[in-house]
Order: sequence, then structure tokens, then C-alpha cells
Amino acid sequence: MITVQDIQQKTIADLFEQYPFLPGFFEENTLQVNGQINEKLIDYLKFLDDEEEAENRAIDRDQLLNSMTIYISQMLEFLGEDVDDGVHSITILPGTNKSGEAEQFGELKISKSEIVCIVGPTGSGKSRLLADIEWVAQNDTPTSRTILVNEEMGDKKWRVSSGNKLVAQLSQNMNFVMDLSVYEFLELHAQSRLVEDVEGLIAKIIEEANKLAGEKFELTTPITSLSGGQSRALMIADTAILSKSPIILIDEIENAGIDRKKALDLLIGEEKIVLMATHDPMLALMGDKRIVIKNGGIHKVVETSDDERNLLVDLERMDAVVQNMRTRLRNGEIIKKEDIGF
Amino acid sequence: MNLVTVSGPPSSGKTAVILKTIDSLKKRGLEVGVVKFDCLYTDDDILYEKAGVKVKKGLSGSLCPDHYFVSNIEEVTQWGIKEGLDLLITESAGLCNRCSPYVKSITAVCVIDNLSGINTPKKIGPMLKSSDIVIITKGDIVSQAEREVFASRVNQVNPGASIMHINGLTGQGAYELSTLLYDEKVEIKTLVGEKLRFSMPSALCSYCLGETRIGESYQMGNVRKIDMSDKKGEK
Ligand SMILES: Nc1nc2c(ncn2[C@@H]2O[C@H](COP(=O)(O)OP(=O)(O)OP(=O)(O)O)[C@@H](O)[C@H]2O)c(=O)[nH]1
Ligand SMILES: Nc1ncnc2c1ncn2[C@@H]1O[C@H](COP(=O)(O)OP(=O)(O)OP(=O)(O)O)[C@@H](O)[C@H]1O
Ligand SMILES: [Mg+2]
Ligand SMILES: [Mg+2]
Ligand SMILES: [Zn+2]
Ligand SMILES: [Zn+2]
Repeated sequence: MITVQDIQQKTIADLFEQYPFLPGFFEENTLQVNGQINEKLIDYLKFLDDEEEAENRAIDRDQLLNSMTIYISQMLEFLGEDVDDGVHSITILPGTNKSGEAEQFGELKISKSEIVCIVGPTGSGKSRLLADIEWVAQNDTPTSRTILVNEEMGDKKWRVSSGNKLVAQLSQNMNFVMDLSVYEFLELHAQSRLVEDVEGLIAKIIEEANKLAGEKFELTTPITSLSGGQSRALMIADTAILSKSPIILIDEIENAGIDRKKALDLLIGEEKIVLMATHDPMLALMGDKRIVIKNGGIHKVVETSDDERNLLVDLERMDAVVQNMRTRLRNGEIIKKEDIGF
Repeated sequence: MNLVTVSGPPSSGKTAVILKTIDSLKKRGLEVGVVKFDCLYTDDDILYEKAGVKVKKGLSGSLCPDHYFVSNIEEVTQWGIKEGLDLLITESAGLCNRCSPYVKSITAVCVIDNLSGINTPKKIGPMLKSSDIVIITKGDIVSQAEREVFASRVNQVNPGASIMHINGLTGQGAYELSTLLYDEKVEIKTLVGEKLRFSMPSALCSYCLGETRIGESYQMGNVRKIDMSDKKGEK
């Protein structure tokens, strides 16, 4: 454990060398180093002993030192985490439905690279189930469910830490709001994750995103001018490759401008656990199993059978017919019964 | 009675989050009230009333709302006790980015939103840096990457805080917040003798005192001038 005493006797140059993430902390806390890089931290911070200066800058020296110490410890822990410490499964233990009746399943284990769909009517409790997972419920949510991580009682650290969230989310109405090019955007995300091979990862993300999107885009394209399909493709590729969260919650994937099968393959290829709430039969059948929610409780867990999976081919064919008609209508053609083809 | 201070930039989602959180607290049978502080105008009291929450509001008018907050917080606390509340929540719009209404022993919550831009955490002073819980809202409309970058910026300025993502529209995450706000072992009877987490600037200039004329000869007290020379700024 690092203490305030440990760091304040070191020079800023030494600290920056030992903790390469520290300049970001200085920057974010509006501390400029300029010519004072070789001063000890404690001497550098002397300007805050002047009451007026401390007031003007609204910085409290002790609070700042405290924060810096916590930040260094957090980052060291974060960087020291082995891939092997990762999450390889979550297990849902039954609770109660909205009427207080016990849920009728033994336990439900979901592993890495598995896709589980969640289906059920509006208001049935799909979002609540996803929230239970995100909060690593321990019999302390309205459903009384318990979520195990790697078959053990979940660590509460998942609940409120910023860099270590259990769950990443992709949902229908998300947009990019920053005014950056694709490259700058990915670089910013990579930096916040403290990854080492920034260039390599950016190249990989854009390559995967372009496999998902109908029309290709460039690293220089501003993210706010990407089409809907391109935005989603970039979001999915970025989340698959750069997000540290082992679980991805998806709230529908619109069937336009993006190859959904490839998107899911990319996510599970990156060893994510994928949970997807959907009303679309094609997506539901792409899952390994589906959880049926009724009246707030898990009513059933259905494994996708081979028969169902074969149906997927037919559904895809039907979908292709509709897509084809859309294209032809757009081109001013007349469509006929024969175009349906079955 | 428990007391929680909620602060954050205008329209960041404070009321939305508080209302959703109160829903969960009520289900546990807790009586919750709110006092809203603002500067010139607020409709929030109507929103709280509609939701069946006991509410009072205070407008600071010509004063910095956070200064006004401190001058009134004891009276507000006594009101909550008199009303028999289990939990009193104060909502105040952080307007000057310099002041913050946090009291040392009282849970301090700061609400900011994903849309405000990634440089916002750097710009907000003690209101963000000295809070115990930071709530980030409006995650539903930005990408996962932007949420992660924003949260990491918040973490850099306040690494000790619990950071939570809450959707003010659907209430996702509000139940979870509600579990952090009430502790039955805590019993606040008065704030007299308590201290602020961060001092507020008290300096007055002639304009604070009603001066309207522009020009050096009308400026008295604490006057500070912009550096208009070419040399680069201080540290
Ligand atoms: N999309 C989205 N909108 C939100 C969210 N949270 C709040 N809003 C909306 O943002 C607007 C402002 O929210 P308020 O709760 O009134 O914000 P406030 O911080 O209380 O504002 P003041 O009290 O006026 O400073 C409202 O229109 C809310 O519906 C969210 O998580 N997502
Ligand atoms: N087992 C449960 N016990 C008590 N309350 C529950 C339970 N499950 C869900 N609820 C509550 O029911 C309400 C509706 O649930 P939720 O929002 O999860 O539905 P949904 O399936 O996501 O609906 P939509 O399709 O509209 O998004 C929520 O307030 C939730 O907290
Ligand atoms: Mg829902
Ligand atoms: Mg409000
Ligand atoms: Zn002020
Ligand atoms: Zn003034």
C-alpha cells in the first residue's frame, strides 16, 4: 500500500517515471509542472501553503495528496491484474417474482463466449435482471436474486469502481457526441484504458468495424458524421476490443447497415459474456439459450435446439427477401410476387 | 434523521435521479423529504410535490446559492426533523463551480452528465472533487467508449469517490444508489458546530454591493484584473 509519505518525498520526475499514468492526473487536476520537474512533490506543492493561492485554485493540499495516493494505488492494482484473474462465468441464483413466489430454476451459469438472450413482455423484468447482474446482487435487490462471479460470491468492488465495471452496454439509442475523428476517438479511449499498443489496437478496431458495416469508413472520418450502421459497427468493435468489462449487455441490435451475426461472433471471439434483450426472432435464435421472463421472474430457460437453429437459415432467407425488396423499391423498380421466391 | 446533500451543474439530472431514488426508498417504508436550493427560479418543487414528496424551496436571488445554502442548512435540518423525515435530501444547482455545499459529516453526492463534455470534470472544483458519491447520468445517449472515458476523467479528479451510472429517465441504477443513502444507525439532530468540507470565497467587490457603473474609479474592495499582456499564464 502506498502512502502520502512515500510519494511526497520523491521528485516529480521520479514519480512520472515510476508511474507513467501520473501526468494524466496532474493534467486533469490542472497542475502544471513546467520547470519544476526535478522538485520534490512536497516542495512543488508549497504554492498551496499560500492561503490565497489555495483559495484561488480551489485546491486543498491534503486532499490532493490523498487523492493522488489513492489514484496511484488504484492504477497499480488495475494494471497488475492478470488476464487469468478475469471473469469466466457468472451464475444467477433464484430469487422471487413480483408476487413473491420463488423462481423455479436451480441455478443458471453463463460462461465466457456464450450468448444468452432475454425475452419477455414489456414491464416483465428484463431490465431488472440485467441490473441485478450489473450490481452483482447479493440478495439485496427487489428480486432477492444472487449473482456469483466465477462461482463465488461477487466482489462489491464491481459496484462502484470506474475502471473496473463488470458490464458494458450497447443500446439502440446511443450516439457519439464528441467532436473527434475516428482515430482521435479511439486513441482517447485507449489512453483512458492505459493500454500499451495503442496503434495496433486502433488498426484492429477499424478493421473489425469495417467488416461489420456495409460501407467502409476511414480513421480520419469525424465520428459524428458516421452513418447509423457505421456508428454501431464502430461502437461494437470498440466495445469488443477495448472495453475491459467481461460482460456485454445488448439492448436490441437494429437490423440495418450492420451484419449482426458477425457482430456477435466478434464479441464472443473476444471472450465476452453476451446478454441480449430482444424481440427479434433472428437474434433470439442466434443465442445459445434464452431466458424467458414473466411477472418479474425467470420463468424458463430454453436451450436453442438444432431444429430452431435450422430455422434461422429460413428466417435469414426471408429477411434477405425483404432487404432485397427494399433495395429494389429504392431503385425505382416494380416488385412482383415471384420476387418472394417461396 | 439522515441527511444527504446533492449538488451538480444545472440540468445534469439531479431531480430525475432523486425522484427515482425516492421511489426505491419509499418501497422500504422510509419517509423522505427534499429541500431545493436555486438562484432565480425553479420548478422542481412542483415535480417533487407531484410525486408526493414533502418539499421546501429556497431562492438565493442576489447571493451565491451555496453561501445561501450554508446560512440556511440548520433551519432546513430542523424542518426535516419536525416533519418526522427518515431522510432529508437537499438539491442545489452548482452555479459558480467554485463553491460547494458539502458538510464534513454529511453524505455528499455530485451529479454530472455524460453530455457535458470530457473537460467538465477538470473545470468543476470542490463540488466534484470533495464528494463521496459521483453519479453520472445520460449514459443512455452516448457510446460505451464515451462513458468509459468520462468516468475515467471523473476518477482522476476524485479517485476516492464511488462512481455510479444512473439513467434518470428509466431509473436504472437508482435502486442501487438508494442502498447507499440511508443508514438507520445515523441520527442527525443538529448541524451546529459542523464544518464545511471546503471554504467558500467570501470576498466582496463593489459590484456585489450594488455598484452598476463601469470603470476603475468605481471599483473597491477585492478587485482582480485579467492579464492582458502577451506572456503565458501562471501554473
Ligand atoms: N436521456 C436522459 N435524459 C435525462 C437523464 N437524466 C435526466 N435527464 C433529463 O435531463 C433534463 C434535466 O434533468 P433534471 O433532473 O431536471 O436536472 P436537474 O439537475 O435537477 O436540473 P436543475 O435542478 O434545473 O439544475 C430532464 O429533461 C431530464 O428528463 C438520463 O439519464 N438520460
Ligand atoms: N422479481 C421482481 N420483484 C419485484 N419487482 C420487480 C421484479 N422484477 C422486476 N420488478 C420491477 O418491475 C418493474 C418493471 O421491470 P423492468 O423495467 O425490468 O421491465 P422490462 O422487462 O425491462 O420492460 P421493458 O420491455 O418495457 O423495458 C421495475 O420497477 C422492476 O424493478
Ligand atoms: Mg427494459
Ligand atoms: Mg432539479
Ligand atoms: Zn459561489
Ligand atoms: Zn462582486
